[in-house]
Amino acid sequence: MTVVTPLADPNRRNRNRPNWEEPPTAAGQTGKGVVLLVVVAVVAIPLWMVVLTSLSTQSAVNEAGGMVLVPDGITFAAYRQIFTNQLVMHSLAVSLGITIVGTLVSMVVTILCAYGLSRHNSWAHRPILLLLVATMFFSGGIIPTFLVVSALGGYDSYWSMILPTAVSVFNILVVRAFFSNTAQDLIDAAAIDGAGEWRTLWSVVLPTSRAVTAVVALFYAVGYWNTFFNALLFLPDNQKWPLQMVIYTYTLQGNAMPGSGQNTTGQYFGTQEITPLAIQMAVVTLTLIPILLVYPFVQRHFTKGVLIGAIKG
Amino acid sequence: MTALHEAPPAQQKPDEAAPVRKNRFRRDRSLLLMVIPALVLLIVFNYVPMFGTATAFQRYSIYAGFWHSPWVGLETFRQLFSDSLFWSALGNTLLLSLVQLVFYFPIPIALALLLHSIMSSKVRTIVQSVVYLPHFFSWVLAVTIFQQMLGGAGALNQFLREHDLGTFDVMTNPDTFALLVTSQVIWKEAGWGIIVFLAALAAIDTQLYEAAAADGAGRWRRLWHITLPGIRGVIVLMLVLRLGNVLTVGFEQMLIQRGAVGRDAAEVLDTYAYFYGVVNANFSLGAAASLFKGVLSLLFLLAANKIAHLLGEDGLYRR
Repeated sequence: MTVVTPLADPNRRNRNRPNWEEPPTAAGQTGKGVVLLVVVAVVAIPLWMVVLTSLSTQSAVNEAGGMVLVPDGITFAAYRQIFTNQLVMHSLAVSLGITIVGTLVSMVVTILCAYGLSRHNSWAHRPILLLLVATMFFSGGIIPTFLVVSALGGYDSYWSMILPTAVSVFNILVVRAFFSNTAQDLIDAAAIDGAGEWRTLWSVVLPTSRAVTAVVALFYAVGYWNTFFNALLFLPDNQKWPLQMVIYTYTLQGNAMPGSGQNTTGQYFGTQEITPLAIQMAVVTLTLIPILLVYPFVQRHFTKGVLIGAIKG
Repeated sequence: MTALHEAPPAQQKPDEAAPVRKNRFRRDRSLLLMVIPALVLLIVFNYVPMFGTATAFQRYSIYAGFWHSPWVGLETFRQLFSDSLFWSALGNTLLLSLVQLVFYFPIPIALALLLHSIMSSKVRTIVQSVVYLPHFFSWVLAVTIFQQMLGGAGALNQFLREHDLGTFDVMTNPDTFALLVTSQVIWKEAGWGIIVFLAALAAIDTQLYEAAAADGAGRWRRLWHITLPGIRGVIVLMLVLRLGNVLTVGFEQMLIQRGAVGRDAAEVLDTYAYFYGVVNANFSLGAAASLFKGVLSLLFLLAANKIAHLLGEDGLYRR
């Protein structure tokens, strides 16, 4: 009787594959490969075309008849154009401001609340938790929320982009699950050393929870960066618009953008080395960049079970 | 500095032995203080509007405000139910939800099964990072990308025009709108949707597979008898949540495309409430539409959960 060791088996190409599993069929492997390739392409190709078109010269865009798939003449002219466009630059600053301030506010509120509710025997934590979770299933709807925020002076004001959406109960539950699972013995040790709750949170719990805080901060930041409907509701003046509103109005609806070399009837004037499509795609790329920059650093934490623990808990 | 801090643990022990309410409150007051900011925000921006739904029973006037607007009982609802546009919005909502349930719901499950069967962790990681990405885009961005790909001047029609195949503008066609919306949801959310199922798959005991293989079960029988039963609980939970949200179809997604497709196909309950309530300033009618949707959604959720219990699963909460 011979014992087939993993390395001795010529059919075993992958050491991860357990012994009892039958070797993969060629057809099965090819099928899986093709499906995965198509799935990745469906996501990646449109993004590639958006970025490439924003970098293409007028002749390249005209040659392609619109969106560019194969590089053919690269220029940064579209970016030079939007970086001197007052409306785009202002909306970029607004979006960055809302995202930074909003994420800070949300993280402080979320971490404090999650820690405050993380002790399984603390006073009144159950009714408070119930009060929080109830908001996930009941909501006042658009109209009453609009009336309340307007009554508080949120119309035409930046804080209405932040405070109404500052608390995500789902995120609080994610952080709370993490806090109450991991750090109990550390918390006890800190308490024995005489540290109060604030100190324990700051120097014991937070340093051990970097993964979950990073993921939740990304969720909040993306939410603020993508703010669209609140801006549509509360910001009537295009001088206060965030980037998403600019894309909606000038790319999606095709209105002429002030200062883009296009007049109000959609005619172009002056000598153009780039097409309006390239400019529009440059603005779209501008909103993609921060997400693409932060994403790789946070992405590896998604699968750590940070989210799943909360969903199940 | 010590004022906010709890009593040292030595004094805490007797409290726990005899949990006197007042002492527990005193012990936990710094924890309670931490909860206050979140609670205040939720009360102001969630609970106050929740009670503000009462405007549905008023003839709300922006000048009179909530306290001085006249109460009209169910008259707003009579008005709502006699509006044919409301029924068409409800019909559209249910149609879009149903199409998404049939065509979207199975995809993350299938994708998770496929990805789980891939041995190379490198391939898995690459595919995961790519398919999670669109979840983080705004609907404005996603719809813009769809417009540039499938719209009248988009990449698809460029190709068709070059090869004299005629053009087909998917973005403005009301007849195919349900399929367009569903494919957008698949593009944006199907990748992110696999996380839950991947976790469920990883939690299945591998010894079960090994035992089944030893008993001669092939890969398809193992899939049917071990894998699918192993993730049944999560599938049912996701289904319950989906059914509870059957009246919610991407609000921003609809709002953005309502102009291009027309309201006959793209008006849903949420956009109806927005256009009547905010744009036409008929606040009471908009609030009534939202209230109708909220109550019905809750009934759907409870019914779906009941069905989950009958199937022997936990659903949203245990019996």
